[in-house]
Amino acid sequence: MDFSPILISLKTASAAIFITFFAGIGVAYGVNGIKQEKLQILLDGILTLPLVLPPTVAGFFLLYLFGVRRPLGQFFLEYFSFKIAFSWAATVLAAVVISFPLMYRSARGAFEQVDENLIYAGQTLGLSGWTIFWRILMPQALPGIVSGGVLAFTRGLGEFGATAMIAGNIAGKTRTLPLAIYSEVAAGNMDAAGVYVWIIVVMSLLIVGMMNLVAAKMQSFRRG
Amino acid sequence: MGLYVDIEKKLKDFTLRVKFDTEGNNGITGILGASGCGKSMTLKSIAGIVTPDRGRIVLNGRVLYDSEKKIHVKVQGRKVGYLFQSYALFPNMTIRDNIEIAVEGSKTERRKTADRYLALMKIQELADSYPNRLSGGQQQRAALARILASKPEVLMLDEPFSALDAYLKEILQIELLDILKNYQGDILMVTHNRDEVYRFCDQIHILDRGQMVASGDTKAVFHNPQAVAAAKLTGCKNIVPAGRKSAHELFVPAWGITMMMEREIPEWLDHIGIRAHYLIPAAAGAAGNIISCRWEKVLEDPFEITAILDNGVWWKVSKEDWKSKYKEQLPECLKLPEESVLFLREEQERELSL
Repeated sequence: MDFSPILISLKTASAAIFITFFAGIGVAYGVNGIKQEKLQILLDGILTLPLVLPPTVAGFFLLYLFGVRRPLGQFFLEYFSFKIAFSWAATVLAAVVISFPLMYRSARGAFEQVDENLIYAGQTLGLSGWTIFWRILMPQALPGIVSGGVLAFTRGLGEFGATAMIAGNIAGKTRTLPLAIYSEVAAGNMDAAGVYVWIIVVMSLLIVGMMNLVAAKMQSFRRG
Repeated sequence: MGLYVDIEKKLKDFTLRVKFDTEGNNGITGILGASGCGKSMTLKSIAGIVTPDRGRIVLNGRVLYDSEKKIHVKVQGRKVGYLFQSYALFPNMTIRDNIEIAVEGSKTERRKTADRYLALMKIQELADSYPNRLSGGQQQRAALARILASKPEVLMLDEPFSALDAYLKEILQIELLDILKNYQGDILMVTHNRDEVYRFCDQIHILDRGQMVASGDTKAVFHNPQAVAAAKLTGCKNIVPAGRKSAHELFVPAWGITMMMEREIPEWLDHIGIRAHYLIPAAAGAAGNIISCRWEKVLEDPFEITAILDNGVWWKVSKEDWKSKYKEQLPECLKLPEESVLFLREEQERELSL
């Protein structure tokens, strides 16, 4: 039994959620602050696209941008001597792009739900934007943000289509759990695939269970 | 010193035009208007939460906003205390933290300041509670403590009593009045309730669809509102179109009568009004201006009787008078005492014709 897919998946999902979590919150906050409604709607659509497109289409676009002979791919190769396509970094890239909309949408919804009068009250009391963000907005939005983070993490863990396109299926390097399951089934090893399936089911269940536990804790705090 | 506001802002259905100055006014300034008339927008413009299209706002000599000089002080720098209708206490903080966050200085200083304002508002025992554990009145006091602790130069109250239970309202009004008496600085209060402005405010401005239709000393404005919209908002129930026939004669088509006035009737008059309490029962053929009555509806309140005529005239009388003076009988006629007749004009139309 090869344990490398488990390690690769955990590494990829962890690295991806680290980027997605903060980028999602930051971008959600930024988009919420846009005053022009049309621009806001357009940006929102573009940022949500990876969620509604088939992952292979997202993977196609990634390949189009980060392929060895493509503009961004060449840029990284020339200036950083770093080949993104078909490297471990590509699994992270795919997971980030696919899971980002979940984080972004959850964070935006969470921010929008916060009573805007609380923000105005903070401003009239002379609080800085920084204080308002960390001490008023974030605590109010936290339950929504945490659940968005968990959803994004599990989505990154389960990412298959875009990963296969941009990172390939290289054993010990880019073969994550979903790809390993596919490979084993393709080779007719149903038992080996089943082990991987159980691992991913248990992991996902644990994570969602933890999310519910944390959410319940937060609710009791909010009741004071 | 004082608050000077002269702003204009285009809103969805109308343009908000507000201009006033609290200089020389020691008491509370009120803005009376129906919901959606632009009252809250005015407060938000003063606070800097929204930006007017043009105009100027000056607080105690500091220019907060000037469209021509492109001055727009940030909300944080305006020192404007804003009591929100919903009080806007931060739900994730205790009352003490809600107050301390608004205070500058070291931890011990902030603690001391918070203690002082908790005591001033008599809510010391609630210091460690979260806002959602408090009643409406307690939340209001906590919010006020927080605002006063931040040392604002003007206090703005947005419908301060609308979220409170009716039976608590009056007690809380009296308490609030006591607290506000000691506040050094201008107080601006916005409400749709004529009793509240009358009770609290020395100066009022009446706002109707973004336009200031009446301004001045509260009692004077209530006594002579001049504009139809202002008369309505101050609670005048009987307002009808009227035509000036001569300097002392006017015709009221809705009531089918010609009224004689000792006062000179202004040329701009196009409506008259009379408050429902000021009509006096009279016998048919009595002297003075009289309308004969065909009664349509009688409504009974705890302390008052309201009778409505078929031509839409409202008459209100206290229950005591109703029983002892009128023996629960509806009069044949109602007299319109000259001194109670309001000369009014429809402000909007007059503006269009200009």
